[in-house]
Amino acid sequence: MTGIFTGATPAADWVIVLPLVLALFGAALLTMLRRASILAGGIAVLVIAAIIACEIALVSRILAEGPVSMTMGKWLPPFGISFTADLFGAGFALAASIVTLVLLVYDVAERDPREARDGFYAMALLLLAGVTGAFLTGDLFNLYVWFEVMLIASFGLIVLGGGAGQLDGAIKYGFLNFLATAFFLLALGLLYGLLGTLNMADIMRVAPGANPAPMAGIAALLLLAFSMKAAAFPLNAWLPASYHMPPAAISALFGGLLTKVGAYALLRTLAALLPQSRDWLDPLLTGMAVATLLIAPLGAIAETNLRRAIGFMLIGGIGAILAGLAMPTTDGIAGAGFYIFHAMLTLTALYLVAGLVEKLTGETDTRRMGGLYAANSGTSILFLLLVLAVSGVPPFLGFWPKLLLLQTGLDGGDTLLVVALILNAFLTLIAGSRLWAHVFWRAGPEGVYSEQGMANMRVLSRREAGFGFGAAAALALVIFVIGLWPNPLFAAARIGAGDLLDPARYVAAVGLAGGVP
Amino acid sequence: MNLALALLVGLFFAVGVYFLLSRSLVRMLLGLVIFGNAINLTIFTAGRLTREIAPIVPPGLEVPAGSVANPLPQALILTAIVIGFAMFSFLLVLAWRAYRMIEADNTDSMRIAEPEDAPHPPLSY
Repeated sequence: MTGIFTGATPAADWVIVLPLVLALFGAALLTMLRRASILAGGIAVLVIAAIIACEIALVSRILAEGPVSMTMGKWLPPFGISFTADLFGAGFALAASIVTLVLLVYDVAERDPREARDGFYAMALLLLAGVTGAFLTGDLFNLYVWFEVMLIASFGLIVLGGGAGQLDGAIKYGFLNFLATAFFLLALGLLYGLLGTLNMADIMRVAPGANPAPMAGIAALLLLAFSMKAAAFPLNAWLPASYHMPPAAISALFGGLLTKVGAYALLRTLAALLPQSRDWLDPLLTGMAVATLLIAPLGAIAETNLRRAIGFMLIGGIGAILAGLAMPTTDGIAGAGFYIFHAMLTLTALYLVAGLVEKLTGETDTRRMGGLYAANSGTSILFLLLVLAVSGVPPFLGFWPKLLLLQTGLDGGDTLLVVALILNAFLTLIAGSRLWAHVFWRAGPEGVYSEQGMANMRVLSRREAGFGFGAAAALALVIFVIGLWPNPLFAAARIGAGDLLDPARYVAAVGLAGGVP
Repeated sequence: MNLALALLVGLFFAVGVYFLLSRSLVRMLLGLVIFGNAINLTIFTAGRLTREIAPIVPPGLEVPAGSVANPLPQALILTAIVIGFAMFSFLLVLAWRAYRMIEADNTDSMRIAEPEDAPHPPLSY
């Protein structure tokens, strides 16, 4: 074994790193162009369109041939850093870039031309690079590095503009997320000490033979770290303290992407890498899933700040993903993966519509809103559609992953999870429809019973109606259409879950099957 | 050697967590630094401490002859130190800006994002 490849990397394999290369170079270019706002916006949109094209090519190749892998520097896999994409990773990366594209368009409406918000485009692309890297990497230490890239970009975005509230939110967000990645680093250091490898495919091969007691400890540390990133109860307190402070486009970017990367990392590490240790943690996972599913929507019901309430709904969705992780059959994991995809699109759209509501009313508190239905029926339809999608009412997108999870739970006899999932759907529906009733349906703000509606209601400018409402409506339309034809996503989620649970194809793609450990 | 380092790591973790439990931002920052160094030392120790020779490949060979020290944990730690330092600097500046703007370095008195007099849940439907 020489340890070094001699042939050239096939040109087609580059498609797996190309999205990252494009995002990083785009971010570098846009940092140089940060004063030229319009030019920078155009370039950012072009770069993300190119990234989406690459990821579509990657997804279709994975559908045709199975997982794709490329190892850096021509070092043979357990030594070199591998990028390995299976259907879950590539599909989530695709969803992330679509969401980012929608946000860049929406941001035009939010940007006051006189207000300096230098570096938004560069940091958005850097955040996308971190998210994409986390989805596509096949190496645990590399995953840590992408988490940190994502974290530093989100630090930059959350303080952009520098309001006192943003600094307050950023401190809580920053400390707790930095601590979460520190726990992840601790876990992977211990894992390296135990197994001598950090390549995911290699871990899948050697983990079953390792001493189960320390492995269970490492899995518990990973669960702690990624639950903190994903904002699962009881580690969720930072999310409602920070996500509502930055402008709506940025909180939509966070709500759509960041917690989902944590949830994906939970699936990848606990279900794929350390399945034996996951079984030890099963009661804990079930307990966390049930608590998150039930407590988060109660928080949403009690909340009067619009975007904070949506933050609690987001946390409830993380509970559904944990429920899938607690039932590690193909359908359970497929349900969790499908839910991640759904939540990336739907929560982003919901934050965007909340941003429109805040622009229309000039308020953030639902007690001082009311009568928006008469003023802007388009926004009210979007909000209602998304509330139904989040809570999982049948024809909408959120129903299908929950259906998979419920079927798995009923087949496997996980009554507790089934009851919690159903209660979560009801509570989320109550929270969402109450928000809708308060903001849109009643005649005026709290205490006002005239037909006058709100005194200080604004009308959207053409710019806001075109870019802001247009972007939110386009995303909502995508969600609606996918909700009507979910069959391709069911098939894709099952393929992705199959590869996650049975690593044979994944390990073979990296080139380790039958090799010398 | 392993035992001494393990005890040191334990001490670092204890001090780091103790500082992190404080409400003062400066102490929390110090706690993060000590916590991060405890993790770096953990990786160093977990990667096996040996009195081997440096991992240099002699000319003409593709793998070093005989057993050598493992260079990978040091590479991991180096990366982690750089990243940790960048994060720490950002958080330090953030804490300073927050101190100037909110006039608080105590998390108990930073209540702009989550107001202390939070209203009761709306009772209407």
